[in-house]
Amino acid sequence: MQLLWLAPALPLLGALVLALTGGLMPRRAAAAVGCASVGLACLTTLGVAAGYLGSHQSAFRQPLFEWISVGRLSISMGLYLDQLSMVMMAVITFVAFLIHLYSAEFMAREADYSRFFCYMNLFVGSMLALVLGDSLLSFYLGWEGVGLCSYLLIGFWYRDRRNGMAAQKAFIVTRIGDTSLAIGLFLLFWRTGTLDIQRVMQVVSAPEMQAIALAAGLLLLGGAVGKSAQIPLHTWLPDAMAGPTPVSALIHAATMVTAGVYLIARTNAIYRAAPAAMLVVAIVGASSALYAALSALAQRDIKRVLAYSTMSQIGYMLLALGVGAWSAAIFHFMTHAFFKALLFLSAGIVVQALDEERDIHRMGGLFRTLPWASWTFLIGAASLSALPLVTAGFYSKDAIIWASWSSSRGSAVLGLAAMAASLLTAIYIFRVFILVFLGKQQREVERRPGVLMKAAVAALSLLSIAGGFVWMPHVLGGFSPLRGLLTLALGPSSETPVRGEAGFLALSAVETLVGIGAAFALFTQAPAWARRVAAMPGFGALRQFLLSGMGFDWLYERVVVQPYVVVARLNREDVVDVLYSTLAFLAWASNRVLSATESGRVRHYATGLLLGAVLVTIVLLLR
Amino acid sequence: MNEMATVSTPTILGISLALFLIGLLGVMVRRDLLFVLMSLEIMLNAAALAFIAAAAKWRQPDGQVMVLLILVAAAAEVGVGLSLVLRLYHRLDTVDGDEISLMRG
Repeated sequence: MQLLWLAPALPLLGALVLALTGGLMPRRAAAAVGCASVGLACLTTLGVAAGYLGSHQSAFRQPLFEWISVGRLSISMGLYLDQLSMVMMAVITFVAFLIHLYSAEFMAREADYSRFFCYMNLFVGSMLALVLGDSLLSFYLGWEGVGLCSYLLIGFWYRDRRNGMAAQKAFIVTRIGDTSLAIGLFLLFWRTGTLDIQRVMQVVSAPEMQAIALAAGLLLLGGAVGKSAQIPLHTWLPDAMAGPTPVSALIHAATMVTAGVYLIARTNAIYRAAPAAMLVVAIVGASSALYAALSALAQRDIKRVLAYSTMSQIGYMLLALGVGAWSAAIFHFMTHAFFKALLFLSAGIVVQALDEERDIHRMGGLFRTLPWASWTFLIGAASLSALPLVTAGFYSKDAIIWASWSSSRGSAVLGLAAMAASLLTAIYIFRVFILVFLGKQQREVERRPGVLMKAAVAALSLLSIAGGFVWMPHVLGGFSPLRGLLTLALGPSSETPVRGEAGFLALSAVETLVGIGAAFALFTQAPAWARRVAAMPGFGALRQFLLSGMGFDWLYERVVVQPYVVVARLNREDVVDVLYSTLAFLAWASNRVLSATESGRVRHYATGLLLGAVLVTIVLLLR
Repeated sequence: MNEMATVSTPTILGISLALFLIGLLGVMVRRDLLFVLMSLEIMLNAAALAFIAAAAKWRQPDGQVMVLLILVAAAAEVGVGLSLVLRLYHRLDTVDGDEISLMRG
């Protein structure tokens, strides 16, 4: 367990090595360093986790070093391992390791091979620092590191201007949330006088701190909304698809967007003290889940569908946090990491096979030519749409929907929104599957996955199926070691009744099957009534509306960007400086006038003398 | 004596003023430094003439004294002025006052 510090240190070391010597290394060595650092971090995690679970400690602290010590202020860095950070760490390192393996082959033809692995390692290291940090400061350090790496990786192909723009958009939009988070952290530090997360939580839980808890809860939610791409700060995520596919997988599955979920789960004491903030979390989550599922229905770009899908699934996690189902949110984080990474990596195989073609309407019939990717995508899609009993997504998603429907903080509205989003999920993901893998083949396959890529998606497929068996609902035996484990760290979740769960499970199972069936009916058969609906006036406009993500970009362009540009243009010369530059101009102009009189010609001076004498004479005469 | 007195004082003052203005105009418009010096002499002499006229009018010796003072001052001025012009000519190869404007602002 004393080796805990190695988990974040190894990827950071890998990044350092690659940054300093990456250009000189042969490509195989760069890949080996990149994969090995994360792989060793993963092994470390396994060892630490085994030691930790064996020791039956409540939490393990590892002080590292004192960072700043000035007068009475002393800031030390340390690691904090409890059940929550252990689960997060395990998922992050394992999924990231698989993604690294996959990238070693996927990126093999790229020029900046070592730069890619350097950023990826830094990304994983930052995320681990975020998850394991014991103080608000180290948490924030990791948080910013993650933001930086997402910027670097989204803009990885920086020679194309649009990619650079997408990277800047991601950075600026999440920065709005980061600012909110920073203010929230300042507030907490100001009122509690400590940076240690556990102590802060203790102080804030006191009854007289309720107003602070509400304010801090809402501010932290602002940060989470930015990082996790929820309404209204979600617009960067679809554009972030400009990065290489393994990056998308890493951002969506293991790092970055889940940071917001971790933040709220980690600070759940604040939200327990402020029920109003919890309600806001639930509403943001439910509306994002529904909104993103609707937008995903109309997307043509395979990666954008998955991006909206992530938004929707993170919405589920926030919904779970909002109704007090803390453990269920982390459970869904885990299964989502598996199946979303799987979906992205399978999509990466498809996109690479078709020479960077991303439009699903120009794909088709790949089931025969790319069987491996087809099966893994199918497993991921089934898990995402919560195919009953055999997939991990079923267990985690139903735990959330059941909690949002029936728990003490849940309500019928939240439950219905979650169920509607679940139905839409099944439809949109199977729409992609049908359009890409079934039907007529439209293009030749140019590149097939090698052994590394196949192995990575195979491992993730296995987890996408088996990852859910650690949390069974009561009717199916109630075997759920993960729930017990997470409850130790997160405290009790809000109560859900046992009665009615069986019926509910059956209902949501039927719902998923109906969704899948509807997708098959609509997109393979295309019945006559569906064609009539599609031909109706207004349907094209509706599709366009959904395709553009319900016009959020359009709205922000007009409400925020353009006024800002106008103001910036007005202020180009710096309005405040006008006063000072006027003074400077006056001095300069009078200097010009006076120095013009200094012609150096004697006769001009004589004339001046004469005029002066005349003037004096006139004055004397008139007096 | 009486024949001389037929020229009235205002006439002499008018001539003096005319001479002074001619000299002043010369200082203002001539570019050749030698002519500027000559114009200055004319202005000094115009002033001296006015003093003589005044001395004759009030029959006082002070005006005659002032004329002597002016003559001495004019001689000194010409001596200094000519030597400066000569130095300028050696140095800059010109006596054009407009050319010599090294202290232009």
